[in-house]
Parts: sequence; C-alpha cells; structure tokens
Amino acid sequence: MTFNGWFQILLYFAVILLLTKPMGVFMAKVFNRERTWLDGVMRPLERLLYRLTKIDEEREMSWKEYAVSMLLFSAVSMLVLYLLQRAQQWLPLNPQKFSGVAPDLAFNTAASFTTNTNWQFYSGEQVMSYLTQMAGLAYHNFASAAVGMALAVAFIRGIARKEAKAIGNFWVDTTRAILWILVPLSIVSSIVLISQGVIQNNKPYTTVKLVEPQQVPRAGQDGKPVVGPDGKPVMDTVTEQTIANGPIASQEAIKELGTNGGGFLNANSAHPFENPTPFSNFFEMVLIFLIPAGFTYTLGRMTNSQAHGWAVFAAMAILFFAGVTTAYWAEARGNPLLTATDQRASTMQPGGNMEGKEVRFGIANSALFATITTDASCGAVNGFHDSYTPLGGMVPLANIMLGEIVFGGVGAGMYGMLIFVVLSVFIAGLMVGRTPEYLGKKIEAYDVKMAMLYVLIFPLAILVLSGISSLTSSGLAALGNSGPHGLTEILYAFTSGTGNNGSAFGGLGPNRWYNLSMGFTMLVGRFLMIIPMLAIAGNLAQKKSVPPSPGTFPVTTPLFTGLVVGVIIIMGALTFFPALSLGPILEHLLAGAGKTF
Amino acid sequence: MKRNLITAILYTVVTTVLLGVVYPFLMTGLAQLFKDKANGQLMTKNGRVIGSRILAQPFTGAAYFHPRPSAGNYGADNSTPSNLGPTNQKLIDRVETDVASLHAENPGKPVPIDLVTTSGSGLDPHITPAAAEFQTPRIAKARGISEAELRHLVAEHTEGRQFGILGEPRVNVLELNLALDEKYPVLR
Repeated sequence: MTFNGWFQILLYFAVILLLTKPMGVFMAKVFNRERTWLDGVMRPLERLLYRLTKIDEEREMSWKEYAVSMLLFSAVSMLVLYLLQRAQQWLPLNPQKFSGVAPDLAFNTAASFTTNTNWQFYSGEQVMSYLTQMAGLAYHNFASAAVGMALAVAFIRGIARKEAKAIGNFWVDTTRAILWILVPLSIVSSIVLISQGVIQNNKPYTTVKLVEPQQVPRAGQDGKPVVGPDGKPVMDTVTEQTIANGPIASQEAIKELGTNGGGFLNANSAHPFENPTPFSNFFEMVLIFLIPAGFTYTLGRMTNSQAHGWAVFAAMAILFFAGVTTAYWAEARGNPLLTATDQRASTMQPGGNMEGKEVRFGIANSALFATITTDASCGAVNGFHDSYTPLGGMVPLANIMLGEIVFGGVGAGMYGMLIFVVLSVFIAGLMVGRTPEYLGKKIEAYDVKMAMLYVLIFPLAILVLSGISSLTSSGLAALGNSGPHGLTEILYAFTSGTGNNGSAFGGLGPNRWYNLSMGFTMLVGRFLMIIPMLAIAGNLAQKKSVPPSPGTFPVTTPLFTGLVVGVIIIMGALTFFPALSLGPILEHLLAGAGKTF
Repeated sequence: MKRNLITAILYTVVTTVLLGVVYPFLMTGLAQLFKDKANGQLMTKNGRVIGSRILAQPFTGAAYFHPRPSAGNYGADNSTPSNLGPTNQKLIDRVETDVASLHAENPGKPVPIDLVTTSGSGLDPHITPAAAEFQTPRIAKARGISEAELRHLVAEHTEGRQFGILGEPRVNVLELNLALDEKYPVLR
C-alpha cells in the first residue's frame, strides 16, 4: 500500500461525501414533484409522455397496484429485449453482420438487463449489434435503474406517510427518475467520458496495419498448433489488427450511473475504449455511488429526520472502508506463488497482484473499483476479480452477500438497507421488551415476517443453486479454475446473479445450465424480493404515527449505526461463512502453504 | 390491470425510442466535438492507419519495447482477460516461462510483475516505468545506441499521474516504439 494509493481512495470518498447532500435534495424535490430548474425542458416532455402512454399523473396507487405495474413493465420490456436479440440479424445498425442470439443466452441476457444485474455470458463486441446494445441493453440500463429508484421512493413514502392507502404512482416515479435525473446526468457524463477517450460512433470495425508484422503459430480445429512435415509448428504472418467500434460512451455513462455494469465490450471498464484514463476511472466510480449516496439524504429529507439519513450513511461508510482496506491490502501484497517476479511497490511501479489489472489504474484503483462495484449493485469491473488474490477476491463476493447495501444499487441499495434497519429496530425492541418503533411507525409481526422473507429468499437461491452446480457435471464443466477457486467461481456466479450485481469470476463459462439457472435466479433476486419489500411499505403507510417516548430506540445515534452494522455482518456471516471458508478462505491458506491447482 | 398493461406496452415503445434511439444518436452527434477521441484515437503513418493510440498491439522483435502479454492475442475486437485464479498452476507455469526468457536477455534483474501478467483487457497500452527500464538494455543493443540515450527517450514518453494524483505512472508502448523508429531507425 502506498501513500498516494490511500490519498486517491480518501479523495474519492470526500467527493462522494460532498455530492450526497446536493444530489439528495434534488432527488427529494423530483419525487415530491416540487419545482426544479429543469422543469422548463422536462415538464413538457413529461406531459407528452403521459399523454402518449395514457398515464394519469394525479392518480396514486396502493402497494399492490404499484407492484403489478412494475411487474407488467418489466415483463413487457424484457420480452422486447429477448426478441431484439433473436432478430438482430434482420434489423439495422448491425455493421458486423452478427447473427441472432441463441435462445438460452438471449433469455439469460434479457433477464440480466431487466433486473439491473447485467451479468454477461457473451462478449459484447463479438455478439451484439449496435441496435441491440443501444435500444436493448443500454435502454434497460435506464429502465431498470429508474424502476429501482421508484421502488426506493415508494418505500420511503411508506415510512413517511400516515394512515395513507397509496404509496405513489409507479409510472410517474419512473418517468421523473428518467427525465430529471438519469437522462441529464447521462448526457453530461457521456461528454466527460468522450473527452477522456471513450469512443462514440456507429462505424464498422476498423482494420489497421501492424507496425511490426507478427509470426504466430497456426492453430488447428482443436486449438492446438499445427505441425508441418519438418516437425516444426506452421507459422502464419499476421499484419493486421481489427479494432471494435460502437456507441460506447452513451452506454458507459448510464452503465455506471444506473449501477448496471454491463460493458459494451467484453473487458468492460478495463478496456481502454470504455475507461481510457485515470480520470475517466475516477469519474466512473463517482457515478456509481452518486445516486445511492444521495438517497441517504433523500431518506432523511422525505422522513423529516436528516440525522437518520446521516446515521444510515455512516453505517454504509463503515462497511465501505472495511471492504476497500481489505481488498487493497490483499492485492498490494501480491501473489505469494509468483516468487520469481518483483511485486514490490516503488516509484517505478505499483507492484502487487497485476494479473487481470491495467497499468494506468494500478493496485489502489483496482481494489477501490472492485469494492465500489460490489458495494453498489453495479458489477462493472476495471480489473478481473477471478484473478484477484483469494482474500482480495473475497471482498467483492462478501459485499454482494451482505446484500449490496453499502450505498448499494440505485434505489435497490436504499430499500435493501431499510429492510436491515427495520430488523435492527426490531432487535433493539426485543432487547428492551417493547414494541419497536421506526420513525413513529410501530414495527409489528407482519412487517418483520415480510422483512425476513426478503432476507431469506436471497441466500436460499444462492446456496441451493450453488450446491446443485457443485454436484452436477454441467455445473462443473463450465469452470475455468479448479480447487477451492472453482467453488468460489460457482458461488460468485449465483451470488452475483441473485444479488443483481453482474460482476463475475469470469472463468466460469456459459452453458445451457448456467444460462437458464442464472436467468432464473436473477429474476428471483429482483422480483421475489421486491414484493415483500413493497408489502412492508404499504403496511407502514396505513399505520398511525406514534410520538416518540423515552422508550423509543433513537435511529439517529452512533449506537444505532453500530447496531445496523452489527446486524448486517451477523446476518451475512451466519448465512455465508461456511461457504466462504470452503472457497476463498481455504484457497488463501493453501496459497500460503504453496499449494497450486 | 388491463389499463396498466396497455400503459406498460406503450411506455416500453415510447421510452425505447427516447432512450434507446434518440439519446445515443444525440450523443454520437455531440461526440463530433471530440472527433479524434470519439473514433478511437487512430494513428496514421504514410497515409495508412497503423493502430489506436490507446490500444496495445503486439511487438516481439528485439528492437522494440514489448507490451504486456495478452490473453486475447491483442485482438482489439475480442478483448479478454485470462481469468486464471491466483493458485492456478497454468498461471504459475506461464509466468515462470516468461520470467525465464526475460532473464535470458537481462540476467540478474528482478522482473517487474506487469511484464509477465496479462492485463484485464488484453489491450493494455501501457507498461510501468520499471518494465520499460528492464527492457532498455536489449533495445539499446539492437538499435546500436547507448542506454543513456534510450532512457532519455523513455523518460520523454513516461506519463505521470493524471493531475499529479490519479492513477499510476506509465509508458505508452506504441507511441514509444514509433518514436524509436523515428529517431533511431534500425540499420539494415
């Protein structure tokens, strides 16, 4: 670890801290339908959109109607994405003449992008046409992010409202998230990214003439080198390199801002065309936390308890620093098995474990990015987690297992965190033997049952499907690494899928089993968890508000922050520690003993 | 239910046009403010496009600086990492083979880690200053110039941290090699 490395990490956090309040205030205004400086442009557009789509913006919805509208929109738009992939060979903007995507992969990808997961079992520049990327994949980056934000706002309304039946209008919340927040920020961010070198065009791929032509061994059908009659490998002369193009910047901006994470290109934000400079990297990281951090302030503002918003922010910040410190320490130590190399940090090199990482980012920015992308439900990567050290790779995995509530996904992080807050308040109530209250609302059996449902669906999907995969031949056939690392690959896949993260231990390749099972688990992790969450929102909204009494557990204190952190860690550890000990922890111990696989 | 279903269908269509077509085309239009960058910073020599300034291309000759190894053979339409885990024997073997051949050209010096590890993209355009320094004796010999002269050229092509703070110091291999050919052509 270096001084400069820590300085960059602290600078990043300082920027997020500064942006939290302005972002939070703005979002509260947008969702409360107050006046903002963007109204002149957006209000006419909003009215036009409602007219075209038959939305009555004054009509509010019960939690059930809110849930049904959300499900209908997700189902219709998911179907469109599936069809777009299957039919892309007949559609325009396909200069590389890519054929239609196979049904199981198209299903996986449609589920993945509709659920804000952006798990990718394909290589973008080899499979998807520009139209599919723009109107299908990038479109869902907007849609799924806006839906997540709408849901979080609905949940906050449930807490804030008293004796109310309705929690808002799903279409209005989604529309305002898109028009006032996602679109303006994406336009500005795209231009910033292009100024750094992220490409944006619709051209066919470019062929360039290499400066130094290369002799490469010819590969046969089986991938092995072809041997000539003289017993030497047959060599081919390569004189060209083909360079991918595409409308990347417009997708890159919303990919980070909406915590989606699906790269236009296979190498995601490690690719110089998606993330060309240290500043573009810093900027992308800021975009990932911008909305989720702002939501803590929106929470405080909409519930008239700003101190509670900051207490939640503090809990997230503690978990963020725990993660980034561990990841940075582990990656900076390097790989103990590569004894013949120089992995020490100096003024000449960042040192550390550089497999799967880029020189311009080095160790500090790679560890930081991996932590942020999994604290949030983003899943973009600027270095490949599969090649991280065992403990460095465990940090992103553990972050997702804790529920992606460290700032978290746009909206999803907020309501995920509030479920843990409800549970913490409940536990505090049990300790003093009183009916727990949360911001004036009594937390009763129904709320806790729904919260437990939310919390239990998640590990159930992950552990059952990981178990099945570890025992079946189709589950094991796709592994890229063996030993405990192989188990980690499986565990990471289902954790990432169910958690709607989308980052990967990428050695795990696609096959029909994973396409279908992960598609299923992504849908479960999104929609089955949203329903109990909305049920709590609806139930809280119709309750009376009770004034705080001396026995009320205050939700604005360091004690509260500590309790929430404790509950999150205990829940995560009890559920996942056995699995982690067989994967990354075992691998760490064996690597220390010099064991390889 | 029916009312919301109709809205869901209409909403998908209208927002797809707005976010999936109008928005990206608007950005492609605005991108023309940065024409070079929006098109991948292509470099030309004698009227031919010879590469992107920000993508690695392969160099294997003794007279050139070599980029980091690529898991995707420098295919710029097929970016890929190795995804080899830290305890994978294939990773250890690959690194040890590369270290052995690098030691043959520059014995006794420790091999900088970035020179024997594949990057995330397979197209990392940079090496660390340490990796450039390690290769200096080989190139100076092949070009018949002094190491001091070459170090001077490398220093000219070493980028510091952005704004003095962000990222890591680095050397762009393609730019450095083009400067080498310009300044110290190989005598044939």
